[in-house]
Amino acid sequence: MKRDIILAGVGGQGILSIATVIGRAALNEGLHIKQAEVHGMSQRGGDVQSNLRISSSNIASDLIPLGCADLIISLEPMEALRYLPYLSVKGWIVTNSTPFVNIDNYPNQDALNAELGRVDNSVVLDIDTFAREVASPRAANMVLLGAATPFLDIEPQSIEQGIIEIFNRKGDAVVQSNLAAFRAGYNHTKERVNE
Amino acid sequence: MQKELLLGDEALAQGALDAGLSGVYAYPGTPSTEITEFIQIQPSAINGDVHSKWSSNEKTAMESALGMSFAGKRAMVCMKHVGMNVAADAFVNSAMTGANGGLIVVAADDPSMHSSQNEQDSRFYAKFAFTPIFEPSSQQEAYDMTSAAFELSERFAVPVVMRLTTRLAHSRAEVVRGEVREQNELKFPEDPKQWVLMPSNSRERYKRLLNDYAAMESEAASSKFNSYTDAADRSVGVIACGIAYNYLMENFEGNAPFPVLKISQYPLPTTLVERMASECDSILILEDGQPVVEEMLRGVLSTPIPIKGRLSGEVPRTGELNPNNVRQALGLQPHPTRDASEVIVPRPPALCQGCGHRDVYKSLNEVVAEYDAAKVFSDIGCYTLGWLAPFHAIDTCVDMGASITMAKGAADAGVFPSIAVIGDSTFTHSGMTGLLDAVNEKSNITVIISDNLTTGMTGGQDSAGTDRIEAICYGLGVEPEHVRVVVPLPKNVEEIKQMLREEIEYNGVSVVIPRRECIQTAKRHNAKK
Repeated sequence: MKRDIILAGVGGQGILSIATVIGRAALNEGLHIKQAEVHGMSQRGGDVQSNLRISSSNIASDLIPLGCADLIISLEPMEALRYLPYLSVKGWIVTNSTPFVNIDNYPNQDALNAELGRVDNSVVLDIDTFAREVASPRAANMVLLGAATPFLDIEPQSIEQGIIEIFNRKGDAVVQSNLAAFRAGYNHTKERVNE
Repeated sequence: MQKELLLGDEALAQGALDAGLSGVYAYPGTPSTEITEFIQIQPSAINGDVHSKWSSNEKTAMESALGMSFAGKRAMVCMKHVGMNVAADAFVNSAMTGANGGLIVVAADDPSMHSSQNEQDSRFYAKFAFTPIFEPSSQQEAYDMTSAAFELSERFAVPVVMRLTTRLAHSRAEVVRGEVREQNELKFPEDPKQWVLMPSNSRERYKRLLNDYAAMESEAASSKFNSYTDAADRSVGVIACGIAYNYLMENFEGNAPFPVLKISQYPLPTTLVERMASECDSILILEDGQPVVEEMLRGVLSTPIPIKGRLSGEVPRTGELNPNNVRQALGLQPHPTRDASEVIVPRPPALCQGCGHRDVYKSLNEVVAEYDAAKVFSDIGCYTLGWLAPFHAIDTCVDMGASITMAKGAADAGVFPSIAVIGDSTFTHSGMTGLLDAVNEKSNITVIISDNLTTGMTGGQDSAGTDRIEAICYGLGVEPEHVRVVVPLPKNVEEIKQMLREEIEYNGVSVVIPRRECIQTAKRHNAKK
């Protein structure tokens, strides 16, 4: 198996929490991993991305080539679109629907939605609403991870094990909250894709 | 052995610890910061067996590491590429003294300038100083090379440069650890002349260094980190340095159809390059950063076979390598892609909401507007973001500490008001000596030391002068009545403005210190409580 994933968002949103869980699950599965992160200046509210590559065979480059990403996972809708040239023709976008507006010229919401609508293979969901309903707002990132998991080619049980291991030191309540959020996202995509 | 998922920076740090490191010395700088941070959280650092406290700047770090090496212990100094400029005096001369305990100088370069003001290539420095270089292509190599670098450093009694680029420093991959080695015992240098660089001693040392450099090259020719892989299609041979090797392999799924010379240890092994030149019709050079190897091969006169690279245009002249520009240089068809979205707009970084620098710039902008020709000389840190919207508050940003000295020079030229904006950590890094110059000449400048009690831009490391900024200013001779402290909050904007007006109108050196903790570190401190 091989999955090339671009994680996108705005500095401070915490895209790396998603990468950390996938990375742990992949490591448990004995897969190879490369995960390029953004540190430094861009973290101050700028656009950030992480290239996450998982494969059963050796991975050469830390960066995903143009047109080769299987999946874009984004915490912000405009940021999902920023990396379109990296998405393969058959690739999927899984993105939060709520804009993070910290610039004056943020695009019109309708134009943004129309653009997302034009992308084949997209799952757009309001992760904060899901998180509030089933867990806590702090677990929103795990809703997004759940929604992306059907495209990961890793069993959801393995991702759940990753969540348990990563959040364990914060106590059982936090683990359960993140698991609930994860399952809500996962079920959403399963229903959406089976439609 | 258990696999761990480590950043390139962390793999290097773990490698150093496992190789018997006694101390790391560093000033924070992207993309090198995580090396020292990783060491700081290890039990051996917390209990004091391994030194890991931050230094005031890269020069003091380099010299401290050299002192530890003098004492026979294994030491490492870490910095970003521009830190090499600050450390250069100490670094170049450390090649002359040589090392006693193993000494690794980590230079993390930033091609594409993700978080830097230039894309200088630290391999030039190593060549200039006649030291070997290790340039890992993977996180595992970063780990493995560290013990090899210490060993080489001790065998040749020379500091060794480990060169990383941003992409490897900040990318994670699985790493398998090796054996753990004890620290060295204290052991002083055998040759008393070696460490006293008086001209008569230096002339001897220089000859020996040049001799050794030839032996270091032979060593690189047989290094396990370099390899020559032959192949049938000899129309081109590819020299791939460091991480460039990965982008090459990405495009051929591990099997390149033509000869490949992988270079991860320097001095550049001439014998391997000569083999490629004699067996191939042309050479393509892939190196992240500047065309260091390409210029060595090209020289001034034309070469017998065509050499392709950044200078000839096959590879972009600037910016970091990636699988795409390497693919193009290899003459391969691009992968099919989707069109870029036209809806998206740039999202530049900005000062955090609630950050004290914001209140400083708001106040400063309003005061500056009261003058015809005020100029604001800024510096390296979060507050450099004051150049962007909504503040557009600064006129310069050059190098660590340049705000104060440039303001002085501009004031000498007749600029009024001439205002410097510098952070607390940058002030103690390289601003203090400039302030002394200004005091000695009673230069008409106003220095704002925007004190957030941390090194903010790199993620909130300890700042060397915390709680002593006023004392330092007094000590340098700034008149105490012109060292003024204020709390940068929206409700205090009028107070800050009035203070700035008064100090601008004072004909001499004045220092205004807006002091409030960085809101990022404050959040972390509150979470701990």
